[in-house]
Amino acid sequence: MDKKKTMLSGEIASAALRQSFVKLDPRIMLRNPVMFVVEIGFLVTLLLCFVPDAFGGTVPRWFNIVTSIILLLTLLFANFAEALAEGRGKAQADSLKKTKQDVAANKVSSGGAVKVVPASELRKGDFVVVSTGEMIPGDGEVVEGLASVDESAITGESAPVIKEAGGDFSSVTGGTKVVSDKIKVRITADPGESFLDRMISLVEGAKRQKTPNEIALNTVLVSLTLIFLIVVVTLPFLSDFLGIQMEIPILIALLVCLIPTTIGGLLSAIGIAGMDRVTQFNVLAMSGKAVEASGDINTIILDKTGTITFGNRMASEFVAVQGSREDETAYWASVSSLRDETPEGRSVLELMKKNGFLYDEELAEGGEFIEFKAETRMSGIDLADGRKVRKGAVDSVKQWVLSQGGTIPSDLETSSAAIATAGGTPLAVAVDEKIYGLIYLKDTVKPGMRDRFEQMRRMGIKTIMCTGDNPLTAATIAREAGVDDFIAESTPEDKIAVIRREQAEGKLVAMTGDGTNDAPALAQADVGIAMNSGTVAAKEAANMVDLDSDPSKIIEVVAIGKQLLMTRGALTTFSIANDVAKYFAIIPAMFMLAVPQMQTLNIMRLDSPLSAILSALIFNAVIIPMLIPLAMRGVAYKPMSTSRLLGKNLLIYGFGGVLVPFVGIKLIDLVVQVFI
Amino acid sequence: MTTISILAIAVTLLIALALAKPVGLYLAAAFDYGPNRLNRIYGPFERLIYKVSGIREENQSWKTYAVSLIASNAVMILLVYLVLRFQGLLPLNPAGIANMEPTLAFNTAISFMANTDLQHYSGESGVSYLSQISVLVFAMFVSPATGLALVMAFIRGLTGRAAGNFFADLIRGLTRVLLPVAFVSALLFVFTGVPQTFEPAAAASTLEGAQQTIARGPVASFLAIKELGNNGGGFLGVNSAHPFENPNGLSNLLQILLMLLVTSALPFAYGKMAGSVKQGRVLFLSMFMLLLVMTTVSLTAESAGNPALNALGIDHSQGSMEGKEVRLGEAQSAFYSVITTAAETGAVNTMHDTLTPIGGLVPLANMMLNTVFGGMGVGFVNALMYAIIAVFLSGLMVGRTPEFLGRKIEGKEMKLIAVTLLIQPFLILVPTAIALATHPETISNPGFHGLTQALYEFTSAAANNGSGFEGLGDANAFWNISTGIVMFLGRYLSMVTLLAVAGSLAAKKRIPESSGTFRTDTAMFGAVFVGVVLIVGALTFFPALVLGPIAEQLTL
Repeated sequence: MDKKKTMLSGEIASAALRQSFVKLDPRIMLRNPVMFVVEIGFLVTLLLCFVPDAFGGTVPRWFNIVTSIILLLTLLFANFAEALAEGRGKAQADSLKKTKQDVAANKVSSGGAVKVVPASELRKGDFVVVSTGEMIPGDGEVVEGLASVDESAITGESAPVIKEAGGDFSSVTGGTKVVSDKIKVRITADPGESFLDRMISLVEGAKRQKTPNEIALNTVLVSLTLIFLIVVVTLPFLSDFLGIQMEIPILIALLVCLIPTTIGGLLSAIGIAGMDRVTQFNVLAMSGKAVEASGDINTIILDKTGTITFGNRMASEFVAVQGSREDETAYWASVSSLRDETPEGRSVLELMKKNGFLYDEELAEGGEFIEFKAETRMSGIDLADGRKVRKGAVDSVKQWVLSQGGTIPSDLETSSAAIATAGGTPLAVAVDEKIYGLIYLKDTVKPGMRDRFEQMRRMGIKTIMCTGDNPLTAATIAREAGVDDFIAESTPEDKIAVIRREQAEGKLVAMTGDGTNDAPALAQADVGIAMNSGTVAAKEAANMVDLDSDPSKIIEVVAIGKQLLMTRGALTTFSIANDVAKYFAIIPAMFMLAVPQMQTLNIMRLDSPLSAILSALIFNAVIIPMLIPLAMRGVAYKPMSTSRLLGKNLLIYGFGGVLVPFVGIKLIDLVVQVFI
Repeated sequence: MTTISILAIAVTLLIALALAKPVGLYLAAAFDYGPNRLNRIYGPFERLIYKVSGIREENQSWKTYAVSLIASNAVMILLVYLVLRFQGLLPLNPAGIANMEPTLAFNTAISFMANTDLQHYSGESGVSYLSQISVLVFAMFVSPATGLALVMAFIRGLTGRAAGNFFADLIRGLTRVLLPVAFVSALLFVFTGVPQTFEPAAAASTLEGAQQTIARGPVASFLAIKELGNNGGGFLGVNSAHPFENPNGLSNLLQILLMLLVTSALPFAYGKMAGSVKQGRVLFLSMFMLLLVMTTVSLTAESAGNPALNALGIDHSQGSMEGKEVRLGEAQSAFYSVITTAAETGAVNTMHDTLTPIGGLVPLANMMLNTVFGGMGVGFVNALMYAIIAVFLSGLMVGRTPEFLGRKIEGKEMKLIAVTLLIQPFLILVPTAIALATHPETISNPGFHGLTQALYEFTSAAANNGSGFEGLGDANAFWNISTGIVMFLGRYLSMVTLLAVAGSLAAKKRIPESSGTFRTDTAMFGAVFVGVVLIVGALTFFPALVLGPIAEQLTL
């Protein structure tokens, strides 16, 4: 992904530059009414450059020329912003297209014969075999075999993933490469409809539709533009009554300064960049609407295993039983795990280190490791000195100890029951005929999850954890992770029920999932994120696909959605607030010759009427490219309470929007007056 | 300005402040269809009216509500028009006043039904007693009742309720608010010395022995509903500057309180209906702040006097007294001009034409914003529209699809609001430009002041205020027809679009509040609201104001 970011340089910029001119076509311009008005203004001033007295004006020709140049630049800047945003997507699409070269496919005919055909001839339902070193010719499902597949072309992740027939890891994507073994794949997409094709058209922005929020904002901008059109068109009649002659280019300058060109010019760039940010994040959003909706999410449903917890049980405590001390329990627990390579075994040693207990590593030398077996449900080590150390399921260890004539400590039963009810798994540790204690294994919450849920609570988002565990275990993990609610012993139907319940209350729900049985819930959720490692059905049902298959990413997606809306709001406020200063630049300038007292309103003390108007117009133009980085990046967002967030943004973009142009126009005027 | 006059204004505002909440809670209860104490008191009488007129207290759809409102108002406009056209032939016309000419009757009928009461006639000579007390007073009751019905339906929509029934709301507005309060205040006005008689004009001999005709009539009852209903049309030509229509300080105080009574209470009614009085309080306080700013600017400008006269060494310790009544003084006159335009009443106790340029800018600004409380019902609906825009912008700035009272503000609502926003600038600026370009001869002053005269007339018409800047030769077909159309569109267009907004919001599912919800009952929201009102208003009308009052002040 880093590679893609750096590609923003030269190549994209020069392509965007070309596009800025192409987009001057009025038919394209018409899609953006605010900028279309600017274009009309440009055409009129352009006409005045050649026929200065077309409307009987007395404005010098050079002023018309300069005005039309500034207006042209305003248009180009806005086009450039959009083209730049689109360009980033295009560059990404191009690199994807390269992986999509027409590869040869080993098609298996119904008779079983293998025939080499071009991938473009494959249809849904065909079978192909792919072996080591070959490219998978199309999207499909593994029906036979197991292979490791390099999916870096799509995910950017270089480590190969295992794909095998059946289960949740059976889907393969066209354009990825088999690095070992051989699989038989049933093709599930016709050419042109594959995942890669959809991804390309998405990042290219070819199918980009305006999102609901964009439409709402656009209406407001059109309304403001019309209001200012009314203001400017009626103004000459008002001034005419006073005997003041209005000049067409000056009226055009006033109009262009007042209509919200800043946000109008950047609006589509903000939308495209928002989508792009999601893509940069290796999440593929099927529509801009989904990204926007993610900013509105009220409830997130998360699977426990893999998302909130690591999913494997880790030693968290050593519990001594009658007749032993905690350090003894820890000692023998460690000895039993010295050669144990299972996660549980390693976690015992880690806990040991963490607690600062000591054990003798040399004890294991020459000993024989006893592996865990389903029948024995124990593992351990037979030491060189003949002692046998075991750890395992409490019942099995009890049996083992009894069979050697040992006794069972009286509190073993209660201690292990306590661990079980708290949601943990107890492992008993014994040496020969003596039980030393218990290892408390529990599912551990990933580091940092608590903070994230805390952040979400501040953002007003409720988190619900889904788990197959019993209610007690679920409650323990829920408490530890700090989620708001949980569903224990949940089935896929439960998930849908929860989503429906929340939606019935008017909430927007997001969830992640990967299995085929998650598909209905993913479809029901307002934002469903499927893992790329998941099944085709899950990916079809979801409106986002996470290429890295990291379920906790949903949190960042929410932040990006919010950021998208915030950027729009902030720049709209900024754009409108700018008008105050522009008025104080242009209005006195317009009437100063006829009414010298208007100088009082020239609070910026701009040099002359013409320099004041040009300065306002130049400011209006250059603010667009200056804000392009902000539009692309999005305004900074940290989870905090809404009122603080609003206060902060109002201060920066509201008050800043009023003040900045006063300073900017004054500075530009200082330069412009030198030339007039 | 004397301390006592500032104190008088402060006391007036304090009384208004104290009345707002209890009246607001009363209004909320008065329009609640559920069983409550008020329904038991008024119920029997209203059920009688319902029976006679065939009204059933059933919820209408949003469309039906809007259609009922427009259609019934249209019929009533026609009724008023007909009576005015034929008043010469009808009874109760002791002064023998002639039929009103068609364009003036067109203007007057719309004017009174649209709660504007822009009067291009003089009450003493233009209308008969029958017209005054039947159709004009009738319109002066029904049009504020229509405004009240509108605001109640709008609030019901925002809070997710059904629209209600227009006819039932109209009756409730009359029986529970306008009639009782108008009745009591008419008596109070009589107490302050306002005449209430059917005798024709009195003839009097002056000290010099000359004969003088003194107009009179049933003024007190007319006056009560004129102020309470934010109508503003005067019984007498010079409106509340006439000693019979505003005899003294007490009657002046009463008039100001009546103008503010309902419109300043509506935010609290809204808060109550939205389930949290705080929601309404924040809007009330925001509008009250705007009112204070406007009052301060006006008083400062008026007490400073006219710089041109001051330069001649003329004493201006009483402020600018040109065109003001000596019995009321400069402060009470300026204050009245602020309140009458804030509450879109349009009654005047001073000639707004003679206010100092900045003193005249304040009434203009009040009408252009139309949200400093604003007219009966419509003003608050307008304010809520600005609140929705404020919510839209702030919602975006905190990264959520904006929601107001738990309902999402989406494309459809914003489209309707975008159209509504266009109405006011269009109805003010375009006709002003046309008038200045085509009928400059009807404008009595040249230059900036003349521009302000035309601008004021259309602003007053569009905002359904009804006060005049005077000095305009407005009793002719052009002004009658143009302001008639502006008043009609200014009143009814936005009613339809905003009822549609309410209908669309009412149909939405309510989103439960969370810490991520943007709150609309905080001081911060109040600030955003005021900012949106000021910026949208100022940006739209700044050039026109610069060429009118501001240029006039600068060149004095």
